Parts: sequence; structure tokens; C-alpha cells
Amino acid sequence: MMTGAQAVVAGLKKQKIDTVFGYPGVAICPFYDALVSSGIRHVLVRQEQNAGHAASGYARVSGRPAVCVATSGPGATNLITALATAYMDSIPLLALTGQVATDLLGRDVFQEADITGAAEPFTKYSYLVKDPADIPRVLNEAFYIAGSGRPGPVLVDLPIDVLNASFAPKKGDDAPRLPGYSPTVRGHAGQVARVVKAIAQAKRPLVCAGGGVLAAGAQPELRALCESAGLPAVATMMGIGALPTAHPNYYGMLGMYGKPYANYAVHQADLLVIIGARVGDRAVSAPDALARSTSIVHIDVDPAEIGKNMGTTIPLVGDAKTVLGQLLELGVKADCAPWLEQLNAQRAAYRPDFAPRPATLNPRALMRTLSLAMADDGILAADVGQNQAWAAGNILMRTGRFLTSGGMGTMGYAIPAAIGAQLAAPGRQVVAVCGDGAFQMSLCELATAVQSGAGIKIVVVRNHTLGLVLEHQDKCYGGRRIAVELGDLPDLCALAAAYGIPARRISAEGEAGPAVAALLAQPGPALLECLVSPDEVCP
Amino acid sequence: MKRTLSILVENKAGVLSRVSGLFARRGFNIDSLAVGETEDKAVSRMTVVADGDEHTIEQVEKQLNKMIDTLKVKKLEDTASTRRELILVKVTAGTAQRGEVIDIARVFGAKVVDISPTTLTVEHSDRPERIDLLVELLTPYKIKEVARTGTVALEKGCGTIGLKK
Repeated sequence: MMTGAQAVVAGLKKQKIDTVFGYPGVAICPFYDALVSSGIRHVLVRQEQNAGHAASGYARVSGRPAVCVATSGPGATNLITALATAYMDSIPLLALTGQVATDLLGRDVFQEADITGAAEPFTKYSYLVKDPADIPRVLNEAFYIAGSGRPGPVLVDLPIDVLNASFAPKKGDDAPRLPGYSPTVRGHAGQVARVVKAIAQAKRPLVCAGGGVLAAGAQPELRALCESAGLPAVATMMGIGALPTAHPNYYGMLGMYGKPYANYAVHQADLLVIIGARVGDRAVSAPDALARSTSIVHIDVDPAEIGKNMGTTIPLVGDAKTVLGQLLELGVKADCAPWLEQLNAQRAAYRPDFAPRPATLNPRALMRTLSLAMADDGILAADVGQNQAWAAGNILMRTGRFLTSGGMGTMGYAIPAAIGAQLAAPGRQVVAVCGDGAFQMSLCELATAVQSGAGIKIVVVRNHTLGLVLEHQDKCYGGRRIAVELGDLPDLCALAAAYGIPARRISAEGEAGPAVAALLAQPGPALLECLVSPDEVCP
Repeated sequence: MKRTLSILVENKAGVLSRVSGLFARRGFNIDSLAVGETEDKAVSRMTVVADGDEHTIEQVEKQLNKMIDTLKVKKLEDTASTRRELILVKVTAGTAQRGEVIDIARVFGAKVVDISPTTLTVEHSDRPERIDLLVELLTPYKIKEVARTGTVALEKGCGTIGLKK
């Protein structure tokens, strides 16, 4: 016999989960009690939303679904933003939430919330467990759903009486029963052949790699394809790192804050091969126009994304790694030397703006300096806003990862995600970059970083404003600024010191190199406050 | 453009809510939705009439297919399927109009299932277009209440959209 709570723990252990991020409350206490001496590490965050973001960072780096836990009511509802963030970027998460007893459901009792209803638009699937005997199967299914096909968050709502009730587990009872779910892995052979032919016939082919390439672990296959076929490639923000930045076949990030030569490539191409990208509006602002002038190959594991935003000439459903393997097997050759020359010329002519500023730092140069000083396999978690655009545009990816909230653009993502990433890869260097607005949204997690031993380095790009909103108000609202002044509180270095975290403030160009080196050399969590002018614009 | 979709879903709590939530969220226009058990107790069939252009209907189909609880989705062509809807219409009909209303019902082959000194309730099941026509013809008699089930449909012939056993 075992209790529902013990079954949840057993289910986690079966999936080889060794870390969960969470925040307890009464309703979820039976689960927490079963965690004691389970061997599973619990990382206590300081706000439930950050448990979700931390699990997101952990999942992205470990390549497997990660777990966040919250209690019923407000604990669960605090997770919603984190679930929505993960849903938009297809991150595999399992959220366990406490719930009031089954006989009290619907009576508006203390800390009751219809979380399965509220989270429905932001989860791949959800369960409200009413029978403890279902738990082994539910957890099996939840992990499978979260981590397969197009990954995404799955929520399991656990009423307290179900956690406390006992049942006799029967062998085989935990087998997943998902007759309506079978993601396509292997691409249709005929379509694969059509793609090979289209690439061979195109005069100006271009690969566009999205987050799906990274989710599938298909970086080696993408590189092999571009090299053997002689194909140029660009990346979406979520696809940064699909190819190393310095790779000769890589022509930068496209889209709103992308490189001009990348956008040139996208608009001049006669064949666009989109792999693991969903044609988000920040990547391609006018998909209809583009589809009219360009042949589109769309390779994605989610058939609903193909044709959703942009008409497709050759749709191909499948896992990125598998499909790229199939393409390589058939042998792909592009014949586009003049096109490559054009792109090379565009790329070579680009001059980044690293010019020093009189009294503050140039944030682009700062990101470049940081990136060069980081380890090859370093992980950079960027937040949202101007700092995100500057980071995305100026980091040099070698074998590391770039983690950010792309689709939802959730401020406060970077610090908790960095904590999760660090705990998933304790031996790797992890840096969080954020503006001072986002910093204040998640600063409570400084305690989590110290308490959990996650030695993340935090770079705060400080301009005392909500920079991107200010830019937007200047551009679109006649410069009528409102609600964008953050002021100069708190004193970041004093705040960091309050957490026992070494911190330093810099504002002069010459200080950046040594300060960044010193930051990265710190053994534990450390913070670098970098003063930047509010007049800087993106990118 | 109206299209009829036949959707097989797992017969579980919450599935109807998920499907209607999906439609609301994605801005799909639903004219009607009818759901009931099938020959397999574990499976329900939903018949949805959606209004939209080719691209929208394609997205509706794909998003439905994506749902974990969805087993199968099929667009039914109007000419290749048997489509029916049931209606109950309560019309105002005193002694003077009673005969006319009954005549209209007789033309359609509809039944009069309830009568009162001032009203008649007509029941009919037919193709949705014929139901619309019946309503149009009864409108002059001041319709008091209407209850329609929405369209249910099956493919014509020996094919099914059933699941491989």
C-alpha cells in the first residue's frame, strides 16, 4: 500500500528526477512530507512564478522535462505566467499543484483555485487527479506528453485527500493510455525527397533555424547539412546557437532586432527552409508577403504550425534531428555560389556600433566583451527588453546556450532561469543578463541562488528606465513618456551585499573588460551593475 | 463558408470544455456543436459546424488534432454525408392559425407534439437547410421558443471515420 503523495514521489524517481523547484503550502504538504528523505533535492524559491522559470532553465539545459511545485490557490495561480512562458517557447515542464479536498471542490474554500481551467490555454495538457491509483499512470503520461513531440508544460493538480489516501499499486497500472496522441518523428519520405530537389534547384536557398533545432538536439545535423550542401543559414532568437556564430555558413539572427544582412538574406531568398521555427511575428513581420515571393519549406514537429502564419510550398512534419538525418542520408547539394558571395559581402560590410560613450557603457560592446570572456560552453540567460536585443545581437555562440523568454517576453525570466540552468549543469558557467526593471521583478531569487549554491553571475544593464517601453513611447507616442522611470532605487551593490553577494558598479568603457573578468572569476553568485544611457536604442 | 467537422474524442470529463476553450481562444466561429456517446463507450463524437475560410478551417482541424484527447478529426463534405438536426418550435397558434401551422408541419413531415389553447409545438428532424426553411415559414406565426440540437452527421456509404481497432 502507498499513499498518493508517495506515489507522486515514486513517479518522479521513476523519471530520474533529482531536483524540483517549489514553494510549499498546506494543500501540498503531504507531497512535501513524502519528499523528506526521498533523495530528491527541493530548491525553495521565493515566489512560485520563479519555480516555473527555474524549472524552465533546468529543462532547457538538461534536455528533459523539469519539475516545479506549488500549493493550491494563489500558489498555483502564481505559476500561470511561468507556464505561459514555457508554453510559448515549447519548454518541457511538469507543474505539480496542491488542491483542496475533492469533496470541497467548487465551494470556494480557502486557497481553492480552478487551476486546470485557468492554465488550460497555457498547458499542453492537465490532470485533476481524483483517485490516487491513477497517479502512477498520470505521472508517466505527464512526462511523456511534456517531453515528446512539441515539448510543453503539463500540469497535475493534486487534491489533498487524494495525496493522503492509500491504494495498492498494481503492476502495469502505470502504462500510459494516450490513444489520441502520437507525435510524428520521421518525415514523410516523399516530402523529404521534394525538399532535396527544391534545394538543388534553388538559386538563393536559405535555412532558417528556430528553437526546435535546439530542442531536438539537432545542432550537429544542421551543421553537417549546411557544410555538406553549401547552404547559408540564419536563426530566430530562439535558434541562436543552432550554429556557432563564427561559422562561415551562419548569417546572423533575423527579425525585428536582427542583423540587416540576415533580413536581407530572408527577403532575397528564393527558397526558405524553415526548421523548428514557428514564423513568429518578431521573426517575420509580413509572412503573407514573403510567402508570395518565396518558396517555403517548413519542417516542424507540430503540424499545426505549418501553414498557420505563412503559406507553405513543401510542408514536412517530423522531429528536427530525425528529418535532418533523413536529408543528410539522401544527400543535399545546393548550387548557389553567387548567392553566397552576395551574402558574404553583406555580412562583411556590416559595422557593429561598439563606439565608446562619454559617461556610460555601450551595451552592445559590453555584451560582446562578456561573451568573449565567457567559456565556450557558457550559458547566457537574457531577460526581456533592450538587454535582450543587445545580448542576442552581440553574443558569440560557440558551444554554449542562449536562454531567453522569446514568445511571451516575460520580464524576470533571466535570474531564475539561470539558477535552474546552473543547477542542471553545475560545472558550466552561467550568466544572467537583465535590465533594472526585470532585476526588480525577480531580485527575491538572489536568496535562492545563495541558498542553493547556484553560482550564477548577474549582469544588470542599468538605465533607470523601462528602456524598450520608453523607446516605443518615443517612436509611436510622440515622445510622451509615462510610467517608464524606475529611478535610482535600490542601490544595487548595497542590495547585493544584503544577500552576501559581491557586487560592483561600472560606467566607463575601460572598466568593462577587467570587471567582467573579475565577475566570471568569482566562485559563487556575483553581480555587476553596468550603467547605460536611457538614450540607447535597439538593436 | 460553413464546414462540418466530425471529431472523435475520449469520453472523459473536461473534454468538451477543452474543445470550446480552443475555439474561443483561437477566434474560430462555431455555428453549432453537438456531442454524444458512440458505439464505443470510451469515445464520444462531436459534430461541429464551423464558419470560416479555407485557411481557418484547416487551422481548426489541425488545432483539434493537436489536442491530446482528440482521437480523429474529419471534414465532412455536405454532399457526401448525412446531416441532420432536430428542432422543437413553439409557435403562437390560436383557433384561427392552428390549421395553417399544422398544414406547414404536414408539408415537412413534421410532428405536432404539444398543443395548448394559444400555442402549438412542432418537432422535426431534417437536413439543417430544411430546418432553417421550417423556421422561416413559421416565423409569421410569432415563434415563442426554439430549441435546436445542432447538426449531427455521418459519412455516406460504408466508410467510417472510426478508429482502427
